[in-house]
Amino acid sequence: MNILTLFIIIPVLTMIGLMSCRDKKHVKIVAAIGMSAQLINAAVLILSFLYQRHIGNTEQMLFTQNYLWYKSLNIHFAIGVDGISVAMIGLTSLIIFAGVFASWGIEDLPKEFFTSLILLSTGVFGFFISIDLFTMFLFYELAVIPMYLLIGIWGTGPREYSAMKLTLMLMGGSALIMVGLLGIYFHSAAPGGIFTFNFVEISKYQIPIEAQRFFFPFLFVGFGVLGALFPFHTWSPDGHASAPTAVSMLHAGVLMKLGGYGCFRVAMFLLPEAAHEMAWIFIILTSISVVYGAFSAVVQKDLKYINAYSSVSHCGLVLFAILMMNQTALNGAIIQMISHGIMTALFFALIGMIYGRTHTRLINEMGGLMKVMPFLGVCYVIAGLASLGLPGFSGFVAEMTIFVGAFQHPDLFHRVVTITACTSIVITAVYILRVVGTLLLGPIKNDHYLELTDAKWHERLSVGVLIFAIAAIGIAPLWLSNMITDGLHPIINKLGLVSMNLLGFNF
Amino acid sequence: MSFEQFAMMRQELFLIVVSLLLLIAELSYSTAQKHKVINFSLVMMGLVTIAGFFPTPTGTLFGGMYQSSSLTQLMKGILNIGTFVVLLQSAKYLKRDEMKDKISEFILLLIFTLIGMSFMISSGNFLMFYIGLELATLPLAALAAFEKYKEKSAEAGIKYVLISALSSGILLWGLSMIYGTTGSLYFKDIAANYSNAPLQALAFIFFFAGMAFKISLVPFHLWTADVYEGAPINVTSYLSVISKGAAAFIFVIILYTVFSPIVLMWKDIIYVVAILTMTLGNLFAIRQKNLKRFMAFSSISQAGFILLGIIGGSVLGMTTVIYFILVYIFSNLGVFGVISAVSNATGKENIDDYDGMYRTNPKLCWVMTLSLFSLAGIPPLAGFFGKFFLFSAAAQQGLYILVFISVLNTIISLYYYLLIIKAMFINHNVSPIAWFKNDFITRLGLLICVAGIVIIGFSGQVFDYIQNISEFWYSISIF
Repeated sequence: MNILTLFIIIPVLTMIGLMSCRDKKHVKIVAAIGMSAQLINAAVLILSFLYQRHIGNTEQMLFTQNYLWYKSLNIHFAIGVDGISVAMIGLTSLIIFAGVFASWGIEDLPKEFFTSLILLSTGVFGFFISIDLFTMFLFYELAVIPMYLLIGIWGTGPREYSAMKLTLMLMGGSALIMVGLLGIYFHSAAPGGIFTFNFVEISKYQIPIEAQRFFFPFLFVGFGVLGALFPFHTWSPDGHASAPTAVSMLHAGVLMKLGGYGCFRVAMFLLPEAAHEMAWIFIILTSISVVYGAFSAVVQKDLKYINAYSSVSHCGLVLFAILMMNQTALNGAIIQMISHGIMTALFFALIGMIYGRTHTRLINEMGGLMKVMPFLGVCYVIAGLASLGLPGFSGFVAEMTIFVGAFQHPDLFHRVVTITACTSIVITAVYILRVVGTLLLGPIKNDHYLELTDAKWHERLSVGVLIFAIAAIGIAPLWLSNMITDGLHPIINKLGLVSMNLLGFNF
Repeated sequence: MSFEQFAMMRQELFLIVVSLLLLIAELSYSTAQKHKVINFSLVMMGLVTIAGFFPTPTGTLFGGMYQSSSLTQLMKGILNIGTFVVLLQSAKYLKRDEMKDKISEFILLLIFTLIGMSFMISSGNFLMFYIGLELATLPLAALAAFEKYKEKSAEAGIKYVLISALSSGILLWGLSMIYGTTGSLYFKDIAANYSNAPLQALAFIFFFAGMAFKISLVPFHLWTADVYEGAPINVTSYLSVISKGAAAFIFVIILYTVFSPIVLMWKDIIYVVAILTMTLGNLFAIRQKNLKRFMAFSSISQAGFILLGIIGGSVLGMTTVIYFILVYIFSNLGVFGVISAVSNATGKENIDDYDGMYRTNPKLCWVMTLSLFSLAGIPPLAGFFGKFFLFSAAAQQGLYILVFISVLNTIISLYYYLLIIKAMFINHNVSPIAWFKNDFITRLGLLICVAGIVIIGFSGQVFDYIQNISEFWYSISIF
């Protein structure tokens, strides 16, 4: 039994256990046990992976397993991980663990809620462990559809509209991806040869440049819809704001990273020549994402919308860094994926907890909460400082790496967009500090607030785990960075070869 | 005639024997015991379905008019499964008081159409094809008008008869042109004698028109909504799944064998018709409030997807069409099963009536959800695999723009399928449909559909099996 298949089996067993529960209390306990098991599994995976690399195993993908699924189309259920996948799996298990505990108070149809949530996470885990493109796409679509039910039934505000918009736009993205995947499949070997969906094998073959030019936009935009590429990001603010807490955590924290991961693993790894040629278009779009997202966050009055636009901005930064196509920037991109994932999950968890107490999300209706809820207040300040890139937290590590990597390009175009993207740091500081100041400090606006309680045990657990992770990455990022760099080598090699042929740059 | 020749026509002969036994059973049961006819017919149909999977000798009969191969056996087997599930779902409907005298007629007419479809699929000559087609169509008109005292049902019957007569007439005209220009009605000879005469192109258009009526392609789809809405629910489900599936099967066979010389011409026609069908079906479905009309337009749109597999005339195309129809049978019958169960219990057929049903009838809502998601192409259900493989057949021909338009249409279809799910799960209702218990037969029907939807996608053997049969047939039949 491969350790990777456990990542699918544990959630499926948890879902079966949930569906057979009779009592509401049992539902939460089953969900908690299941996701704790998943977190332990992830820790074991990370340690085994580091051990394997330590003893000198230099295979690109470790823990691989391959089952023939459709013989006539050469589709396999092929799984394996490298450093990047392991890091993303760690992120996902952390967030789903925190999410389950943040949703401890769910009252309406808890069984269905946790089942849908865990189904969502199954799709995400499957996506990260797949090596076969068909399997990857299957899990990707699986991860989108429970969102409709989760936002539509348990959400707040204009939930039906947000749920429908989110589902249709994300499926629109997967429509583009499907076309791209079929294109890659039918060009993955010389005509008359055996086509394959296995991206490790496809990467060894050079896809004809005409096909690359045709399919790269499909794939990049398709994955970019999920990764908040301007102008396809419009599902994000309403979707995040209307979703219940755990769903926002999982979605902004993990699902948006599926887009970034797909962009570089599929679009750039397999179609490098086209990536080099068309990168400039997407660099412009992503820099707009970064700055526009940040500016939009400044004018918002609702806490969740601020965080949603902030996510657009940070995820745009991930895509921006991926398009820089050198080792430093790619390393930064992945660290940013993980760091922002945890940070935004932390934010949404805190906002959910505050909303559950004050029943409002508008900033100017709240104030002075630090006096009433010191634990939550301090955690919110930590989250805010991490988000604006304070050294000591993971946000700084990620952003610094990205901008150093982006600046390595000596030409004018890259320098200009890098500086433009850097201004987002300042704008982020504006909205974060404004929110912290208005929300937590200052006078108490509403006397009812004096009766509010501070965090309960499950909330402390959920938030504490996330803060620990941010601090750990911020103080000692090298273990994460080394793990990622191993996984980046084949991609860098492929991109580097291409760029040396095409543009004459030295990395 | 030798035993082997009888065994080749096993499916049709079994069905004829079953219908004769049913006539005898009808005579021998008194009015009070008529319900036993239903159980008897279910058992018989189950036996026919199981017998259909045993190996059949291959070859031709009647001088080449009747062809039996592993492909036709597979196709008939798929139709048998569908008919069995439709009968399971009709059981509750037929047990009603007003249906007391008409139980056997209903089942007999259904079996007659199935016999017609079986002959149609096995045909090797256009005359046999036409006889099978008519035998498949006419009893359906009677079935559509089955509830004779309801205006809508009578309207459905009349519309179906008139339009099918017109289409059959045009089809026959086209066949006469083929006969006139090539001198034969046998599939093998026509392809061999094909010249590029304009009359033959016209003949193809007329043939296409006749078949497009049966499969409900745009612009021959206008009868679909009214007939589906007026006919009893189980007749609608039979029409939408089995009738369409059988017509699609024989359409693929004839296109690949008889019309293979003009493949470039029908490739272009199918390209345009596919896009029109998917898009129009989807756009009209969005506005529907009655579930039967809704499913009518949904099935028009799904028929457009079937065309994607046919484009190009490749082996993979045939495999994906057969696979998709198998998956489509389970998904569509799942939806109709739920509609039928709710209609039998409460008489309600509008989407608004389903508001808030999850709180009272959760299991039924899950069946409906799984079936709708399978129709929309959501993994890990079988519908996803069916659609994905259809797209890959079109992509194999290099038609990526068509694939893109089709996937966009899948998303539009997801929107209207989600509207039903929204009604069941999200909308609030002060008085939702009350909880009702389903009898064993209905539950068995729904269970078979759910099992099909969930399992078929995961087992790669089904697809590989169909691919083997298609490759074998393609290698020996394409002349």
